[in-house]
Amino acid sequence: MTETSAGRNTFLEEYSSFEKSDGFRRHAWLRPLREAALSSFKRLGFPTTRNEEWRHTNVAPIANSSFRLPAFDFDRHKVPELANFTFSETECCQLIFINGIFSQELSSAKCLPRGGRMKSLAAALETEKEIVAPWLASLASHEHNAFTALNTAFLSDGAFVYLPPGTVLSEVLHLVFVSTTNGHAIACHPRNLIVIGDRCQAGIVESYAGLDGGRYLTNAVTEIVLGSGAQLDHYKLQRESEEAFHMATLQVLQDRDSHFTSHSISLGGTLTRNDANVVMNAEGAECHLNGLYATRGRQHIDNHTCIDHARPHCDSRELYKGILDDRSSAVFNGRIIVRKDAQKSNAKQTNRNLLLSEEAVVNAKPQLEIFADDVKCTHGATIGHLDEEELFYTRSRGIGLEAARTLLTYAFASDILNSLKFKPIQCQIDLVLLSRLSRSRSS
Amino acid sequence: MLEIENLHAKVEGSEILHGIDLRINAGEVHAIMGPNGSGKSTLAKILAGREGYDVTAGKVLFEGQDLLAMTPEDRARAGVFLGFQYPVEIPGVSNMYFLKTALNEIRKYRGLPELDAMDFLVLAREKMKLVDMDEDLMNRAVNEGFSGGEIKRNEVFQMAVLEPRLAVLDETDSGLDIDALKTVARGINAMRRDDRAMLLITHYQRLLNHVVPDKVHVMIDGQVVRSGGKEFALELEEKGYGWLEETEKARA
Repeated sequence: MTETSAGRNTFLEEYSSFEKSDGFRRHAWLRPLREAALSSFKRLGFPTTRNEEWRHTNVAPIANSSFRLPAFDFDRHKVPELANFTFSETECCQLIFINGIFSQELSSAKCLPRGGRMKSLAAALETEKEIVAPWLASLASHEHNAFTALNTAFLSDGAFVYLPPGTVLSEVLHLVFVSTTNGHAIACHPRNLIVIGDRCQAGIVESYAGLDGGRYLTNAVTEIVLGSGAQLDHYKLQRESEEAFHMATLQVLQDRDSHFTSHSISLGGTLTRNDANVVMNAEGAECHLNGLYATRGRQHIDNHTCIDHARPHCDSRELYKGILDDRSSAVFNGRIIVRKDAQKSNAKQTNRNLLLSEEAVVNAKPQLEIFADDVKCTHGATIGHLDEEELFYTRSRGIGLEAARTLLTYAFASDILNSLKFKPIQCQIDLVLLSRLSRSRSS
Repeated sequence: MLEIENLHAKVEGSEILHGIDLRINAGEVHAIMGPNGSGKSTLAKILAGREGYDVTAGKVLFEGQDLLAMTPEDRARAGVFLGFQYPVEIPGVSNMYFLKTALNEIRKYRGLPELDAMDFLVLAREKMKLVDMDEDLMNRAVNEGFSGGEIKRNEVFQMAVLEPRLAVLDETDSGLDIDALKTVARGINAMRRDDRAMLLITHYQRLLNHVVPDKVHVMIDGQVVRSGGKEFALELEEKGYGWLEETEKARA
């Protein structure tokens, strides 16, 4: 697995320059972590399709590319384009990252309730060390995943959110990561740490987008700690450029009676891999993982989820839906672990795929590992086309074939879209989805 | 308005319709009765343009146009409406949105301005009264979780909103209790007009007690074997279809 590749060599070279940078020296206490992560990466190398976890997702295009660390070069003329990916200030507090680097100027973090923090991780590494240090890299392990290893080796900026116990947020926090390449093949490694205290209620959106096309790599890791009784709605909206690569890990640790809801929407990129791992580490925890992926052309989107029922009396609900057109492909791998003592676990997993063309391919795999005996676990996966009866019924009422297809395709995704409590995000997705559906039909 | 001439059709290789002739003028209500499997529903679906039926001979003219050459949506836009025997559920699409989209497509085709949400709601509320439909059904997904009665009311309600020139109602009476049957019949009667034709497809005579047809046809084994006036339906109710089937066999 430790074959050399252009990508591997470039990342090692980039690490050498990173080591000499001010950013690296400023947080000297991270040195052992970064070095350990780098050696994990050297040991692991990029995964190949011989690796079971990566069987249907070939990252050779990343391994064979030379992505460089970006410089902060934001063209002010692109501010209007940025608005396609942000929400209005009245709707949320926003942290904006350009090529993985925080922009104070573009961000609008209004005052959080007393004691709450929302800032760049780079700043938090200096001023919030007492909160950051115990959690950072304690959830997402760099030892088994080459991309998490790379992210950790290059760890320097991203978003940091901390809510003290009892905080109830009325506004959503929006973390925006945009890439602007100016023709350079760049790699960004955003690292987010979200620590939600006991009994908090909050909504957090992560948006990933490309401003001007081009080939680049976003390699993000988000760690979320949820205190007891806390409720978090987490949204991830991936709208990268068409040629972009997007690798992301979401690692969540839930305490007693906490509720975690994830909405993962993947629309962009040429090659995407999302790993969403949730550990329900105390009784009474509940998690909902909702996902929607829509692919076309030769896009490939891989969602690997893992829900770990580590303790008794936890519930999980998972619903992932895919809409695939042209020669695109998708993977859904839903792993559910029920540990030996996790009695009274209740897990339900559903994956549904709608194929709009004969050439699209889906690989769906439930993976249940149940070590307790008093549990309720169900799973189901379907792959199908638009229903002929529904199409005919719709057309028989005067709605044209193309409009009927768009209507029924959109309807397929509607339960995921309607579950989005934060409506501005639904509007953004609607725009992308509907324009894409009508365009692909008319071409 | 509708002229069917010597219509033959196959499904999966076997012939279901063996030469249907039928002529319906504007303002008339015709009923097609017949035993199960006689091809009544096949005829309805062919008129609406369902794929999977192979018309091997004959023609269908709707207001002089070759109906069979039109797409299902163009037939609807031109004014043909099929009330389905078993309408599908469409999860994720609200009844309101579905019907508003349909109506606006039809209005566009007819050169009328589209209705906005408010205007549509006013229209829909007025038409809902025709079939005692609960407004709550408008906000639910199309037919999803509807009771048998609600499904059929919804079909008649859609007809009332879309105002077709020709309505083909396939077993709109099946699965209804007597109160629901009366309600649905009232809705259908309210739609009768001099410039509109209706074709009721039914197995039983009971709908025809409430919606009195101008002509009744009996279809057996893919052919119209006998036609008569409204009193013919009563005769059929009394005697059943058996004697006609016997006569048919004897003739063959």
